[in-house]
Amino acid sequence: MTASAVGSSPEALTASRRRVLVDAMGIAVSAIGFGFVYGLSAREAGFSPIEVLAMSVLVFGGASQFAAVGYVASGLAWPGIVLLTALLNARHLLYSAALAPWLSGVPFRRRAVMAHLLTDEAFAISIGHFRRLGYTDAWGYWMGAIVSTFIPWTLATVAGVILGGQIPDPARLGIDIIFPAAMIGLSVGLLTGRREIVAAIVGAGVGVAVALLSSPAVGIIVGGLVGPIAGLAVPARLAHETDPLAIRDTPADPEARR
Amino acid sequence: MSTDLIPLAFLMFLVTYPSRALGLLTPWLDRLPRIGFDYLQLVGPAILAALAAVSVMVVVSDEGTPMFHIGVEWIAVLACLAVTAWRRNLLMGLIVAVAIVVIARNLGLAAIPA
Repeated sequence: MTASAVGSSPEALTASRRRVLVDAMGIAVSAIGFGFVYGLSAREAGFSPIEVLAMSVLVFGGASQFAAVGYVASGLAWPGIVLLTALLNARHLLYSAALAPWLSGVPFRRRAVMAHLLTDEAFAISIGHFRRLGYTDAWGYWMGAIVSTFIPWTLATVAGVILGGQIPDPARLGIDIIFPAAMIGLSVGLLTGRREIVAAIVGAGVGVAVALLSSPAVGIIVGGLVGPIAGLAVPARLAHETDPLAIRDTPADPEARR
Repeated sequence: MSTDLIPLAFLMFLVTYPSRALGLLTPWLDRLPRIGFDYLQLVGPAILAALAAVSVMVVVSDEGTPMFHIGVEWIAVLACLAVTAWRRNLLMGLIVAVAIVVIARNLGLAAIPA
């Protein structure tokens, strides 16, 4: 597969960017809802607005921030919280590795900034965008990382901790369902063949089983590691997949697209 | 205003950033064999599905014990999946999911989480 065969035309770029914008709107709604709920939870646990802001800017990881609120509230020692955070956020290594071939031409310092902004949402939006195009368009990464996630998440978490006392029962508004729904909705764009579908189903099943036996954090990581192995077991002739990562088909002059 | 937890946030950053940066900043990943890239391509769907499934199917009790959960959240998430796949629109899927949960909880058809 070559870049031109996938979508190097201006029309393809415009169409894919439009798709990124639509997805980013959904993600922003998710980030606002989830961030607001996080702010509420942090407030209940005794976090101040400046502490919530520090967590959102420095850690920038919803699941690990939520977990930390629970453990701070229960009085867990900091080393335990830090270990849990490392475990829960270890999945980013896999995202980072998957994006590396696409972003290898980006200057080192810019990649270092990109790394801090790498989230589930940024990964899903950008990898989908790159794969649709067949080449790297860093605009998609920044949209997924900053516009749809970092800004709304950070503002919503602070709003949650400041305004939270005025909402009597957030669960009645269904805010807690936004995060899992957004995750499963984001996976739709990545289910391009039978291997991906098998990986998702096995990842979910294994994740739940392991979570019940140990903890949700461990379950998510084990599901994410085992699911792809099951996906690889699908014979290539049955896979009907797009070219994986198109690593060997990135354009000869990647800077031309940045 | 308390600032006691800011050092904790910094420690959490110190253990999170390496996992985000290692892949992007180290050149050896370019030399992974094909099966390695095939594996990495499948990581996204597997982790996103695991995140969603664990979020709606596992709840942690006050004692810290994970427990299997069955509820309207399953229907909401599956509806989001279906609508997003059908309309290619995540925002619409999220609206449907939230609407299902709000209606079910406010009509007393589903429990409201603590």
